[in-house]
Amino acid sequence: MELSISIIIGLMILGALYAIHAKDLLSSVIACGIVGYSLVICFLLLKAPDLAIVQIVVDTITLIIMVAVVLDSSREESYSKLDTKGYISAATGILMIVVLLYFFAISVQSLDVLGTSSLRMANYYIEGAAQKTGSANLVTGVVFDFRGYDTMGEAVVLVTAVLGVLTILRLKGKK
Amino acid sequence: MKGMTLIVKKSTQLIAGIIFMYGIYVIVHGHLTPGGGFAGGVIIAGSLILVTLAYGGEFLKLVKEEAGTTIIESMATIMVIMIATAGFFFGTKIFFNNFLPRGVVAQLISAGVIPLYNIFVGTEVAASIFIIFLSLVIFKEESPQ
Repeated sequence: MELSISIIIGLMILGALYAIHAKDLLSSVIACGIVGYSLVICFLLLKAPDLAIVQIVVDTITLIIMVAVVLDSSREESYSKLDTKGYISAATGILMIVVLLYFFAISVQSLDVLGTSSLRMANYYIEGAAQKTGSANLVTGVVFDFRGYDTMGEAVVLVTAVLGVLTILRLKGKK
Repeated sequence: MKGMTLIVKKSTQLIAGIIFMYGIYVIVHGHLTPGGGFAGGVIIAGSLILVTLAYGGEFLKLVKEEAGTTIIESMATIMVIMIATAGFFFGTKIFFNNFLPRGVVAQLISAGVIPLYNIFVGTEVAASIFIIFLSLVIFKEESPQ
């Protein structure tokens, strides 16, 4: 399973690289779809069907919205020449990547191997969760019962995001 | 926004209702099978987006409807918080208390208030995704230029 996940992650990296360098913005949007749908297969291989359903639906809707927006506006990317400021920004970015990779390499040594660590809270959730919450689907039981505050925050974040979108994209003022 | 050709309109008539029903199924069975409020809400928004893209903005008179979607979204969020607050007044005084009877596990009507949370979160997500789509695609046509 590790081999197939590695192959899929390689495909995702290729798709993301193509999405950056594509000449046509429409093919760039479709290359973003490669990343999303490969992630769906990764979730299914790791036995997480709830996440896979949410990811496949959200990815499809996002692609439809992006294609509609690209077809409405221009399909050409606007290029600009690199000047001194641009080179300074690029050098700063590469420096930050090197620093972060250094700290990542230090911190990753103290972690367990992926999939072997078992958390104290996770064991408590799994033991008899169906009797405690009454929900046969363990994920829904955790999301709406044990972690209710998280779900409420997520819903409020979505409302705030919609309010922001409406405020920014409204072209006509209110009379 | 103009509508699409006759073939697209006819297939939309056949498919959109089935997609809407499937979204309702995913929401209502959220405590039994994989899925739940978020996934089902996005599926419902997908069926509405399909109808909007196939028939165009004039067919649905969308300029008036956009206020309705924001009201539904806000009401659904308020309902989620009110059900959570209702836990204060029944049994143990805890926010998000599951105060309704649990019932038999793996039956459709069970799990106390969890199906109610699923239904309201699904409504809220559907309205949010649909209003984002409308504001990105329809608002451009109201602009003066």
